[in-house]
Amino acid sequence: MSERIYIYKRYERFWHWSQALLIIAMMISGFEVHGSYVLLGFKKAVQLHTVAAWALITLWAFTIFWQFTTGEWRQYLPTLKNVMAMVRYYTIGIFSDAPHPFRKTAVQKHNPLQRLAYLALLAFISPLIWGTGIFYLFYGNWARLGLDQTLSLQTVAVLHTLGAYLITAFFFIHVYLTTTGHTIFAHIKAMITGWEDVDGKH
Amino acid sequence: MNRVRRLWCACLLAIPLFVQSAEQPPTPLAAATAIRKTTTDHSKLEALQGPFKTGPEVTKACLSCHNTAGHQVMNSIHWQWEATSPTTGKKLGKKWAANNFCGSVLSNEPRCTSCHAGYGWTDKGYDFSNQENVDCLACHDNTGTYKKISTDAGHPLYEPREMPKGSGKIVQPHDLAKIAQHIGKPGRANCGACHFNGGGGDAVKHGDLDTSLIKPPKSLDVHMAKDGADMVCADCHTFNAHQPSGSRYAATAKDKHGFDLPKDDHNRATCESCHGFVPHKEAKINNHTSKVACQTCHIPEFARGGIATKMLWDWSTAGRMGPDGKPLFVKDEHGHLAYSAEKGDFKYGENVRPEYKWYNGVVHQLAITDRIDNQLDQHGILELNRVEGSASDPNARIWPFKVMRGKQPYDTVNNTLVVNHVYGKDDTSFWSNFDYAKSIKAGMDYAGFPYSGQFGFIETRMNWFITHMVAPKDQAVPCQECHTRATDGRLTAITDIYLPGRDTNQLVDLFGGLAIIGAIGGGLLHGIVRLIARRKEKAK
Repeated sequence: MSERIYIYKRYERFWHWSQALLIIAMMISGFEVHGSYVLLGFKKAVQLHTVAAWALITLWAFTIFWQFTTGEWRQYLPTLKNVMAMVRYYTIGIFSDAPHPFRKTAVQKHNPLQRLAYLALLAFISPLIWGTGIFYLFYGNWARLGLDQTLSLQTVAVLHTLGAYLITAFFFIHVYLTTTGHTIFAHIKAMITGWEDVDGKH
Repeated sequence: MNRVRRLWCACLLAIPLFVQSAEQPPTPLAAATAIRKTTTDHSKLEALQGPFKTGPEVTKACLSCHNTAGHQVMNSIHWQWEATSPTTGKKLGKKWAANNFCGSVLSNEPRCTSCHAGYGWTDKGYDFSNQENVDCLACHDNTGTYKKISTDAGHPLYEPREMPKGSGKIVQPHDLAKIAQHIGKPGRANCGACHFNGGGGDAVKHGDLDTSLIKPPKSLDVHMAKDGADMVCADCHTFNAHQPSGSRYAATAKDKHGFDLPKDDHNRATCESCHGFVPHKEAKINNHTSKVACQTCHIPEFARGGIATKMLWDWSTAGRMGPDGKPLFVKDEHGHLAYSAEKGDFKYGENVRPEYKWYNGVVHQLAITDRIDNQLDQHGILELNRVEGSASDPNARIWPFKVMRGKQPYDTVNNTLVVNHVYGKDDTSFWSNFDYAKSIKAGMDYAGFPYSGQFGFIETRMNWFITHMVAPKDQAVPCQECHTRATDGRLTAITDIYLPGRDTNQLVDLFGGLAIIGAIGGGLLHGIVRLIARRKEKAK
């Protein structure tokens, strides 16, 4: 029999899905600004990208507050314990329907590999994309801030694009990995309802 | 108590009535300004009762009250046709600056000086110190009837004359007294009489100045349209003691002063003088103003008023005779003169997209006497007024230009441009004899410039600032016409700046593309193997 546990709280789910929506909007508009395709028109793409950026910053402000007040930030502390077991599972075990080496609990909702991945996202990709994004956004103030001689739009834009590629690659891997639950949509369902069948078929 | 309440109710009921009346449009400003602002009715002045036989007589009458006006005008470029560039220190103005339209004023005075703000400049011996030869009426006529005859060295018509010759149409002279009594501030048509017709005809020269601006629709010019701001030229080209502001020899590339307030220098020949530094609601658009001139986005095309401007003038083909032995004139399918025996080949343009260049306020304008051999570009083309600037120059912005293409005579030995004597009823002028050897010799001799006697033709380019014909804001250039990878993007010629939407780093794009393909492909592959493996497992 499966055990149902309440793993994703209401704010967490709201955060996750609104962030997902904003990031998708930013990917679509961002790559149009990059010139990869024409969809909304350059101006609308820039406007959407800007509005979504501010919305995401606001969302993050609330979320960081939430992470600290609830102690949920500990979910992102990295551990090397059982990482190899996770790697073995994704490269071998998963094909032979081996049991998942990690058991989700409300206290530990991320597997060790997930923790590492999210930490990499937070420690490397986020600063890269937000840092360059903020400079990009405030391009018009560079001269006033005395930055116009040290920063070049090209460097900022290219680094921002690099961050965008990385986060887009992350996005697709993330979406694929949601299908690796005991059923294809099990993880997505959990992220919608908050309830996860932790034991699956075991 | 009851009565008080009833009163309150009445008041409350009346509020919507007041609100409604407040919403009604205010009295139009135009009606208020129709009242004459001037304190002088010139038609009542004794000095202006006439009769006046000539322009200078009118001027004398004007100067009897406006006793400093003559010398103010004589100090101006409109009178001197000579000005020192504030950025390069070079002596320019119509007298010296080379162009690829008609050529030089020298030896062609009576024709060219029909646009001089004076009377009687018939040859190089003209007395520039006689204030009675200042033409007040050209700029201040408010009747719209005053006209300087195109061949009379700045004079209007004084005797009845058949014009054009052989047409049988007799044109009557002006009533100068009537015009003198109806003077005022210059309107669009006053300035336009010369500036709309520069280069020898309507719309020829500038591309953004032609007679369609006398009564422009709002779509053509938001500032000058009646239903727009209904402004006149001098509202921006403000005059101070008869000195106009704004110059194509040193156009302000980047206004660092901003609003022109009453305490300031009363120079409004920049957009920022009235619109300030942050004219847009969106910050992202204001961010452009450090690198992009207002005109670049707000004048999407020039020659939009239905009158074609000349884009090419090739003097080298001039002088051909038709089968009848008479000078050849050929019109194109639009009725424009495509070939003229007097002037050569022409090409025209309407609704033309400007060319874009960096400009930092410095124009390297060639003078007619300059050597040209070290000025040619790699194609052997001579740029008569190169504009300076680059992306790294903090004073430079991207500006729109009409680039006039020309081919004109030059001295192949001395490597200078030449003075071509085109106008005049003599046996050397080009338009009478169609012989360059004679007309150039005559022009150079007259000017007193060294001439080897050998001439050839050189291809030239001339940059004309596009700064008029500002379109309504909803017709400004859309972002993606510059921010595009398309090869016909507006800024393809501006390569030294990173332009989002156009420029990429190929290495990052390659790496990023592979990362995304890897992520999607890896997921798909993993998923398929997973499916197959589990199916096999189940089958066991």
